[in-house]
Amino acid sequence: MREARSWILDTRCLILKGMMNSTNRSTHVVVIGAGPGGYPAAFHAADLGLNVMLIDEEVHPGGVCLYRGCIPSKALLHVARVMNDNDEAEQMGVTFAKPKVDIDKMRSWKNSVIQRMTQGLGQLSKIRNVQSIQGRARFADAHHLIVDQGGKEEKISFEYAIIATGSHPTQIPNLPYDSGLILDSASALEIETIPEKLLVIGGGYIGLELGSVYAALGSNVSVVEMLPRLLPGADKDLVTILAKRLKNKFEQIMLETRVAEIKKEKGQLNVKFEGKNGAESEITFDKVLVSVGRKPNAEKLGLENTNIKTDSKGFIPVDLQRRTHEPHIFAIGDVAGEPMLAHKATHEGIVAAEAISGEKTVFEPQAIPAVVFTDPEIAWVGITEAEAKEQELDVKIAKFPWAASGRATTLERNDGLTKLIVDRKTERILGVAITGVSAGDMIAEGALAIEMGANVTDLKLTIHPHPTLSETIMETAEVFFGSSPHFYQKK
Amino acid sequence: MKDNSIEFKIPELGENITEGDVVKVLVSVGEPIHVDQALLELETGKAAVEIPSEINGTIKEVLIKDGDKVKVGQIVIKLETHQKEEPAVPPTDTQEKDSPPKNRTSDTPKIKEALPTPPSPNPSATDTTSRSHVPVRAAPSVRKFAREIGVNISEVTSSDGRITVNNVKAYAKQRLTQEPLASTNTGIPSPSIPDFSKWGKVGKESISTIRKITARHMAMCWSTIPHVTQHDKADITDLEKIRKHFKQKAEDAGGKLTPTAILTKIVAAALKAFPTFNASIDVQKNEVIYKKYCHIGVAVDIPKGLLVPVIRDVDKKNIIELSVELSRLAEETRKNTISPDKLQGGCFTISNIGGIGGTHFTPIVNFPEVAILGVGQATHEPVYIDGNFEPRLIMPLSLSYDHRLIDGANGARFLRWIVKAINEPLLLALEG
Ligand SMILES: Cc1cc2nc3c(=O)[nH]c(=O)nc-3n(C[C@H](O)[C@H](O)[C@H](O)COP(=O)(O)OP(=O)(O)OC[C@H]3O[C@@H](n4cnc5c(N)ncnc54)[C@H](O)[C@@H]3O)c2cc1C
Repeated sequence: MREARSWILDTRCLILKGMMNSTNRSTHVVVIGAGPGGYPAAFHAADLGLNVMLIDEEVHPGGVCLYRGCIPSKALLHVARVMNDNDEAEQMGVTFAKPKVDIDKMRSWKNSVIQRMTQGLGQLSKIRNVQSIQGRARFADAHHLIVDQGGKEEKISFEYAIIATGSHPTQIPNLPYDSGLILDSASALEIETIPEKLLVIGGGYIGLELGSVYAALGSNVSVVEMLPRLLPGADKDLVTILAKRLKNKFEQIMLETRVAEIKKEKGQLNVKFEGKNGAESEITFDKVLVSVGRKPNAEKLGLENTNIKTDSKGFIPVDLQRRTHEPHIFAIGDVAGEPMLAHKATHEGIVAAEAISGEKTVFEPQAIPAVVFTDPEIAWVGITEAEAKEQELDVKIAKFPWAASGRATTLERNDGLTKLIVDRKTERILGVAITGVSAGDMIAEGALAIEMGANVTDLKLTIHPHPTLSETIMETAEVFFGSSPHFYQKK
Repeated sequence: MKDNSIEFKIPELGENITEGDVVKVLVSVGEPIHVDQALLELETGKAAVEIPSEINGTIKEVLIKDGDKVKVGQIVIKLETHQKEEPAVPPTDTQEKDSPPKNRTSDTPKIKEALPTPPSPNPSATDTTSRSHVPVRAAPSVRKFAREIGVNISEVTSSDGRITVNNVKAYAKQRLTQEPLASTNTGIPSPSIPDFSKWGKVGKESISTIRKITARHMAMCWSTIPHVTQHDKADITDLEKIRKHFKQKAEDAGGKLTPTAILTKIVAAALKAFPTFNASIDVQKNEVIYKKYCHIGVAVDIPKGLLVPVIRDVDKKNIIELSVELSRLAEETRKNTISPDKLQGGCFTISNIGGIGGTHFTPIVNFPEVAILGVGQATHEPVYIDGNFEPRLIMPLSLSYDHRLIDGANGARFLRWIVKAINEPLLLALEG
């Protein structure tokens, strides 16, 4: 009898073992993806006292933004700016020698910028006791992840998850990718070579920014865009100013034109274009950069093992707290929808972390600023003039051309415009838009004005320092009321 | 000019807030005050708030001092006004010239029902969101405050269109005086108590918020559910060996393999086998609601009172995971960092007093659940096995259930099933 008992006990042990064996680690909150959405979410959750795990394919946090997006592109655009400024110094009486470009040195400087920032984030993660795992995660079910760490798989159980897997460049099918001559934004930022002739497919902000970098470094850059204009999200008057300057910097800008075919020929790429009225043309380039948009990383995530479904564009739908169809799983950043911008991702990450810790929080910005870091920069926040028209809102527009700005004149950069879109009845600021050098740094005032519900009088009566470009915002408010000292309008 | 005397009462400031402690009186007799000026700072169970004046006038009398306990509606200050009494907020006139549109809601979403809103239908690379109309004219901090105290900011108005924290407070007060809190009493009046100091020394302490909520809830459960409690005993000798064997594994994962952690898994299996125990009664609709999920609450006692954190989807987790989660929930509960949504949604409750001692007891069913399992302290008892008495470790179990839904025979079957699963854990693997 005793033997029988111990046999049963052994069997039970085995069975219980089976019931207990499947998980390796568990956590309260797991964040998948350590970009500008994921790492702030993880850090904030840790600061709120939660037990947090952060999974990414890279060793350090940073995501697309730090490794192959915002940061490297802005580092290289700074180089372009320095070169341009040196060129323009000539008319002010200073002539520099023709610049010598060492792209290997430039690349390692750019990489050192990335490294300093990502390593810093690694430190910040460690001191917060965020558990980092390097690997690719997918959902086994709504409470478990499987993390592939280079062949070794680990199962993680969690109570809450935040999906922050970001996005990747959209590819155009049927291009000769194996030629090694076709770039996307990530490989373009590696500046392997400076092609003599570069074609940029897509006139969005990434194409124009990277095109500007290569143009400054000496490439002959052509841009092709299917739509009748560049930067379709921004108002036309802002873009016109930029387009004028780009016309001098770029070889050509082909609008309402489609790339029909690309063939590799003698180490180059032969590109066939189809124009507006079926007009065809053919040009040879050394390299082609494809920048036609970005797609959310919601595939291969095992979402089919949960109740989460993506929408027709591949985004993960979320509610105001960024909860998905599984209320304990959140999605933030590029994977959760437009606008695909780093600062939007970060704000969502904070909201998700607070929601998990039980705070009554929602994602409810009244405006999200957007900046194009070309030269001049274009920045806008809130409603655009085009949108106001489309929605038939009763707005009044006030514009202040930078020809009237003292500061712009001292910089020899009068190619700028500041614009306010104002609700006619309440005189509330609904939108602010700026083209000009440093527009990106100035737009935050517009964002604050909209969030605080400021009206035009508030902007007008706020003393702005002289001589700065920020004065143009105050002067635009004065234009609204018909009297600005530096800009005369006939009544 | 007409002289008006006005009594200022403590406004209602949020759900379930009926009283508070005066942190500081911010005005003194003879002081002129204006609309929206803070009169006193009040601490409630949830937050400290400043209470603003609704009028311009002079303070005539202050009836409270710092540290006093005050009730909502209590007169605390008398004021004198030299103008017609005029509320700071126009009571119903929402059609102010600068009033924000109504269609913008910034309430905390009702997470359970709210279907995720699909992202903007017409995205472009640099699209920005939420710009289709003149937004609410309130700073982000004001919107946050409104959300936290449960006010829909788009309903708040102010004289100049710009909404401040004080406008939100005034609106909250107005709304709450219009719709009084639903009574949570059971309807039976409590008899008054004698003056005990006649017979000896007494000490007094005001009842904590958690204790008040517990008291109300318990009284409601006890008085509305016809209870039956059944007792049984389980032999945990073998289970205890297994528990010891795997203890380290749970510790490695960051948990504690307690009998309660194992019991949650066994109860989950029992709920699958007996769906009426994973149900609720809707007396208003004459319906029984069966839950297809399995969330189990575990009573945790903390100095302030009793809380029941809930482990979700117990049936889908293994015992190690459950032990980790239970340890964490218990710790969060004790540290008072647990989020409110983790104290909700349970299907069944386990209350284990074994750590303290005692055998059988009669736990109260935790409405809207229909049953609760009470666990006493396991002790060695002689058990007659194969002609001999053997010392076995015996755990007393008490099951209370709602007799409206569950018959005695079913109660007995359910408890027997649990006892058997404990006696023979193999059963769990075979049937659970
Ligand atoms: C060239 C370029 C320039 C840009 N410039 C700007 C700019 O100036 N300003 C701006 O606001 N935005 C800019 N952006 C956009 C910005 O980079 C993105 O909006 C932002 O990075 C999105 O952040 P995210 O956290 O959603 O995801 P990402 O930054 O995309 O990070 C996602 C991370 O998740 C990881 N990951 C994905 N799947 C898994 C998985 N299954 N398991 C584990 N890890 C996974 C990825 O490796 C990545 O590290 C730019 C983008 C590009 C390409």
